Amino acid sequence: MTELLDAPGRTSPGADRAPARRAPRTPRGPAGSGPAPSGNPLARAARAAGALLTSPKYGPVTVTAILFVAVFVVGGIRYRGFFSGQVFLNLFVDNAYLIVLAVGMTFVILTGGIDLSVGAVVALSGMIAASLLQTGWSPAAVIPLILVLTSVLGLLVGLMIHVFKVQPFIATLAAMFLARGLCYVISQSSISITDPTFVQLAVSRIPLGGGMSITPSVIIALVVVAIAVWVLHATRFGRTVYAIGGGETSGLLMGLPVARTKVLVYVISGFCSGLAGVLFTFYTLSGYPLTAIGTELDAIAAVVIGGTLLTGGYGFVLGSVLGVLVLGVIQTIITFEGTLSSWWTKIFIGALLLVFIILQKVLTARRR
Amino acid sequence: MTALAKIASSRLFWPVVMLLVLFAINLVAFPGFFTITVRDGQLFGSLIDILRNGAPTLIIAVGMTLVIATRGIDLSVGAVAAIAGAVACSIILGSPEPGNLATVAVAVAVALVISLVLGVWNGFLVAVLGIQPIIATLILMTAGRGVAMLITEGQILTVNSPPFKFLGSGFWLGVPVAVIIAAVVFGLAALITRRTALGMFIESVGINPEASRQAGVRARGLLFAVYTFCALCAAIAGLILTANTAAADANNTGLFIELDAILAVVIGGTSLAGGRYSLLGTLVGALVIQTLVTTVYTVGIPPIATMVFKAAVVTVVCLLQSPTTAEAFSGFRRRLAVRAGKGLAAS
Repeated sequence: MTELLDAPGRTSPGADRAPARRAPRTPRGPAGSGPAPSGNPLARAARAAGALLTSPKYGPVTVTAILFVAVFVVGGIRYRGFFSGQVFLNLFVDNAYLIVLAVGMTFVILTGGIDLSVGAVVALSGMIAASLLQTGWSPAAVIPLILVLTSVLGLLVGLMIHVFKVQPFIATLAAMFLARGLCYVISQSSISITDPTFVQLAVSRIPLGGGMSITPSVIIALVVVAIAVWVLHATRFGRTVYAIGGGETSGLLMGLPVARTKVLVYVISGFCSGLAGVLFTFYTLSGYPLTAIGTELDAIAAVVIGGTLLTGGYGFVLGSVLGVLVLGVIQTIITFEGTLSSWWTKIFIGALLLVFIILQKVLTARRR
Repeated sequence: MTALAKIASSRLFWPVVMLLVLFAINLVAFPGFFTITVRDGQLFGSLIDILRNGAPTLIIAVGMTLVIATRGIDLSVGAVAAIAGAVACSIILGSPEPGNLATVAVAVAVALVISLVLGVWNGFLVAVLGIQPIIATLILMTAGRGVAMLITEGQILTVNSPPFKFLGSGFWLGVPVAVIIAAVVFGLAALITRRTALGMFIESVGINPEASRQAGVRARGLLFAVYTFCALCAAIAGLILTANTAAADANNTGLFIELDAILAVVIGGTSLAGGRYSLLGTLVGALVIQTLVTTVYTVGIPPIATMVFKAAVVTVVCLLQSPTTAEAFSGFRRRLAVRAGKGLAAS
């Protein structure tokens, strides 16, 4: 359907009426002010850009990418030292855990669900790691244990949603209360991590040349992203995820394994939350029951900013990564500004979310 | 259908059972649970405590019920409560006479008017722009706490104003003021939506907004109305919470209260899919949550563990209410009947 709608914008440069009709619709094209002569490569490029921007599939991601670059350039003009590779890489270093969370959340939202438990699960896995390491467990046992536990929690949530028809919002809310409560049960105060392996992973830097470096967490996050891209775009499971978001009943009628996929999506989100929790402990080297409050909303915001529709069916993992980077670059600008207080961050993120949702609304409405 | 089966199939059955179970646990752990004493002309007792502490949650849950009935959800209530508290406290602090009744009246009025504006904003995003309620209200949830901190300038504002404190911890005719306010809000909502056709219109919008519009129901205006009402409820709850501690804390006033309110609504049997709601159910749901919290305190479990119990109660109630369970139950009953019939035939 989308392909069909996209076609005239991209493949009919010779049609006389097409550019005249399309021109007012092109919001940003340099030649969008009047009917361009056909065959002009500039006009064709403008038309292609317009089609890209207004397509419900690629439009929101493209807008996010443009906005990210714009914000980064504005930051570079305003602040000295902003335009460095390390500032860019730090977006990944500081937000590695959020990238992993957003990947899991993308799977869930693509099926039209939502997962409110991820922030609490991040805190919980940090608490489990800190408390077990304190009693002398080996990291080689702790990390797999956390990943298994959080996946099982995801499995239970998925089963609750699928078998008992509990709404995702409520099922994951219950999981959130459970995880947050268990954090407090483990300990009410912060537990620091002194395990040499964790400390080593926290402080070690991988040099990239030119004085730039990243942390091992970044590599783990990027591997997760790569796997997610492959799963969503190259496997049968991935296509089923998109199909469920497009219409669960149609998926069922097509004979797709809807039940299995719907439950698995929550297992993936649980696994990602556990992994994100581990990455977060590499970053903070402690477990604290109050950490990551509201992170689930950051993850949802990143996914939405990245162009995934909350009703499911449309969206990309790479868009969510871009969403995380946008949130990160706003944080960085607020840090560089120095005088802005933390509450402005919240107001900024709220305002930005609004802009993106309205943009999505306008762009997707135009095509229907 | 026997009377017993009729009661068991009611939507309120499982929540009420849950409430009774909690009462029973309390009675065992704390024999004086149902005693209500009169001290200095004021009522005291565990039941009164439950009502008083549950009042803010109940007030917000009433607004949330109507929003959920239109197939929406309002995540911003906690932030709105924080903003209302911050506005009221900063006005009282800024006036030369913080103890004056007029000052408090102005502060409360301004806080309520601001909440109306916030409610209209939410309504605008949902009704006019057509943004999904969860995301539309997420914006105010994120930005709202920032706004509240902007008002308090990042500080916890402590006020010393007896008339304001009266709102949160005062008594009138022996009954806590918070309980009276909650009763009035609940009564008004029930009266307006159940004695007029408004409740039916809300439900029709929840079932299908487009069809209701074509049938002549002004869906857009209704959505504006319910989100504004919900924000107003949130502000009232925020004022009670702030008055109770006599301090406005932008970060912690009403933290997680949106989740408690949604839980109260869901435990009360209102479906998040909209179209059907029960204010009485919400009342029972709010009581279940507050009784649960009190139980955790009386039994001597560390209060911190409350959230685990909340999760357990929500899960149990949701599983018991789910269509799958109902089917399994009816299948079980049918099999029993068949077996009984066979037994008769054999003998």
